Amino acid sequence: MTEMLSYDFMQRALIAAVLVGITAPAVGIYLVQRRQALMGDGMGHVALTGVGLGFFFQTSPVWMAVLVCVLGAVVMELVRSRGNQRGDIALAMLFYGGMACGKMLVSMSAQAGNGSLESYLWGSILTVAPSDLLTITVLAAVVIAVTIGLRRQLFAICQDEEFAKVTGLPVRFLNLLLAVMAAVTVTVAMRVVGLLLVSALMVVPVVAAQQLTRSFAMTQAASIGLGITVAVAGVTGSYQADLPSGPTIVLLAIVVFAVLSAIAAPLARRRHRHRPAVDHGPEVCEVRLPDQQRGADDSVTSRGLAQ
Amino acid sequence: MSSVIPKAPAVGGARHPREAGAAPAAVCLCDAVASLGGRPVLRGVDLKVQPGEVVALLGANGSGKSTTVKSVIGAVPLERGGLELFGTPFARFRAWHRIGYVPQRTTAASGVPATVREVVSTGRLPQHGLFPFRRKDRAAVDRALTQVGMLDRAEDGVAGLSGGQHQRVLIARALVGAPELLIMDEPMAGVDVASQQVLADTLRDEVGRGTAVLLVLHELGPLEPLIDRTVVLRDGCVAYDGPPIPSTGQYALPGHDHVHPHGDDHLTTPGLLS
Repeated sequence: MTEMLSYDFMQRALIAAVLVGITAPAVGIYLVQRRQALMGDGMGHVALTGVGLGFFFQTSPVWMAVLVCVLGAVVMELVRSRGNQRGDIALAMLFYGGMACGKMLVSMSAQAGNGSLESYLWGSILTVAPSDLLTITVLAAVVIAVTIGLRRQLFAICQDEEFAKVTGLPVRFLNLLLAVMAAVTVTVAMRVVGLLLVSALMVVPVVAAQQLTRSFAMTQAASIGLGITVAVAGVTGSYQADLPSGPTIVLLAIVVFAVLSAIAAPLARRRHRHRPAVDHGPEVCEVRLPDQQRGADDSVTSRGLAQ
Repeated sequence: MSSVIPKAPAVGGARHPREAGAAPAAVCLCDAVASLGGRPVLRGVDLKVQPGEVVALLGANGSGKSTTVKSVIGAVPLERGGLELFGTPFARFRAWHRIGYVPQRTTAASGVPATVREVVSTGRLPQHGLFPFRRKDRAAVDRALTQVGMLDRAEDGVAGLSGGQHQRVLIARALVGAPELLIMDEPMAGVDVASQQVLADTLRDEVGRGTAVLLVLHELGPLEPLIDRTVVLRDGCVAYDGPPIPSTGQYALPGHDHVHPHGDDHLTTPGLLS
């Protein structure tokens, strides 16, 4: 266990895993709140074009992915805020176009074979280069600062956008900011989880955490905790058992979700039992209907409509 | 059609003249024209709410009540006409802390659980802005929750509330910043009798404090004694603007769609139906 920490690439992979474990749920919770859980998935597809451009021009795929993904996110947000009837078709074009364009560019580029593209699609712990780590750290710091620092503002726009406007918040700017943060997170996470599974780490820890929580703040804290746990455990498992890191992390997250949702119902029942008795209401529901009072036999009490 | 409409003497000439001499109107919408999806919904609406005045907006479904309220908060852009809030043209209006807004309650829940306290706290954003949520903000949230009788449910999730309780939470969210103007869209829709009473009492306290209120209603109901003036909309135009119509006459509102057993009510009320 400790010997893996002696390898440089593992140290980098673990640091990246922690950063991804924090940022993905921290952004993802707002997307889930707004019922846009699959938005991260689309951004992952679009980011592939950035990776392809990176290969094609032999520059950094990560920065190219950031650039393309941010542009894609801005377009997606504009489509969403317009509330256009055909918005979903526009998004479909963007997603599939992004995917196809990425693969096309990679196959046209001189340097890279398919093995390298594979690592961007599914994540690989071997590929977090020192320069990547610096990029990831800087981007993650920005994402964490925005999503935690502006949590009241972002919560307000995702909870009730119309009301948020009346509180004077710059709703359009915050929506764009959130979309850009989601795009940045996708590129932060792509080395570790892979572009095809990025969205899972933005969504699954959040829905797993909310099986047990009642407040937004607790859900955010718990989902970040879960995100770090599954990301680090997934990278470790990937090293120990020679598995691809992305699928390992995502399957772990889904197992956590299944376990938490299985224990959620019994826990909720217990919580309910510990409440004061006044909450339970009367033991027997006796309903006296006005008609019966008016009728001759006053002693008749209805015990539910079935009887 | 305006020839058959009884016109009230003066805007704001209500039972309790509360207007303060020189203070500008809280809401001044003039000749508002707006459309939704290409369909004209407001066709020249004039609406004024003086400081401290309670104005009820009535009318049939589709008459433009909700659109009027949405254009007052800027959610529906005006194609023509002017809007001033507290004497400031809308484009330059920034004093959002003076306005409390209660949207029409929707059943669409958000995807992540949130507590009553968290939802009500968003109403405090104009006060604390980018600064942290301080003790006085928390105290304001407690006060607003007490006002609507929901303090004991503060840490409960909003998803588990009944319709009436949810409405009380939305009203607390609007009251938490101590606004000078409350704008409410159908606050009584789908609300149980107990909550209706709480809402009426809350509103009475607010009116007593001097808050102006603009509210969309389907019928005056338990709020009737609080209302200074009613404005009735029909097909995107103001059909009546004056003192509240006595409750016996409320069935006579243009285009009302109630089904009730007393068919002869229509014959006895001096109708607004032309």
